Amino acid sequence: MSPIGPLLLAAFLFSAGVYGVIARRNAVLVLISVELMLNAVNINLVTFQNLLFPGDPAVTGQMFALFIIGVAAAEVGVGLAIVFNMFRNRASVDVDDADLMRW
Amino acid sequence: MTGHDLVFVAVGLLTAGGAVFTVTSKNLMHAALFFAVTLGGIAGVFLTLAADFLALVQIVVYVGAVAVLFMFGLMLTRAPIGREALDGQNRGLAMAVAGGLFVVLSTLVIGAFGDLPTAEVTGPRIDDLGIAIFADWVLPFEVLSMLLLAALIGAIVLARRESGESGEELTVTRIEMAQDRDPEALEREQAALTSGSGGTGEEHA
Repeated sequence: MSPIGPLLLAAFLFSAGVYGVIARRNAVLVLISVELMLNAVNINLVTFQNLLFPGDPAVTGQMFALFIIGVAAAEVGVGLAIVFNMFRNRASVDVDDADLMRW
Repeated sequence: MTGHDLVFVAVGLLTAGGAVFTVTSKNLMHAALFFAVTLGGIAGVFLTLAADFLALVQIVVYVGAVAVLFMFGLMLTRAPIGREALDGQNRGLAMAVAGGLFVVLSTLVIGAFGDLPTAEVTGPRIDDLGIAIFADWVLPFEVLSMLLLAALIGAIVLARRESGESGEELTVTRIEMAQDRDPEALEREQAALTSGSGGTGEEHA
């Protein structure tokens, strides 16, 4: 199996995430797009680990992917809490409305 | 092209299609469900890449927890539905940036890895993974657990209502529209105010 296929798929997913982050206005959908980009990076890491460096005793690529999954879960929790706070204060989750540092 | 490649192409097309619909869907819940499909497809990609443990972690953490969390988030923040409400005015800019990025990334990837021979997919055994976590990666593992704890507490502190200061109802000035009340009551109130007799506080008791 050639590494080109998974790497191209990861590039496509990352580009889709970039499109979502720029085009979407709902803050939750922006968070979903960020998750897409993180998952694209995970595919890259696993591809490099299993196709290019399969004999690595410290399974570096897959370990990095695991840690990214954990950090992404934490990021989703805090990000959604911030979105809820913004919704309670401003009655809107539109990222165009979030233009004040404090009030 | 082996059967392995065919399976990867099928799963990859499913994943890419899910991602496209995730970022372009007009309906919020449909976007979240397409996101779940994309995550499941990525788990399938991990399986074809012989990363079994990671595929299971992906299903448990992402499809099981994160996708449901996003659906909760979308339902709790009632948002307008429709393309104009969901997408900003800069859709053309987003398309240009994303398309340009994809072209640049694909040319870089093909230029760097295009001439590599096709290798047999071999993943590490799951006991090698466990030994690697608790031998080589034990410090990042513990730091990650502390990070998760901090994120948990931070999310609770951010999302809870501030019961200390605003737990009791605030006394707010009620502004009533004059046309909403019936005119007779308004007249009686007016008369009571002009006559001056009787506490005005008793009218609405």
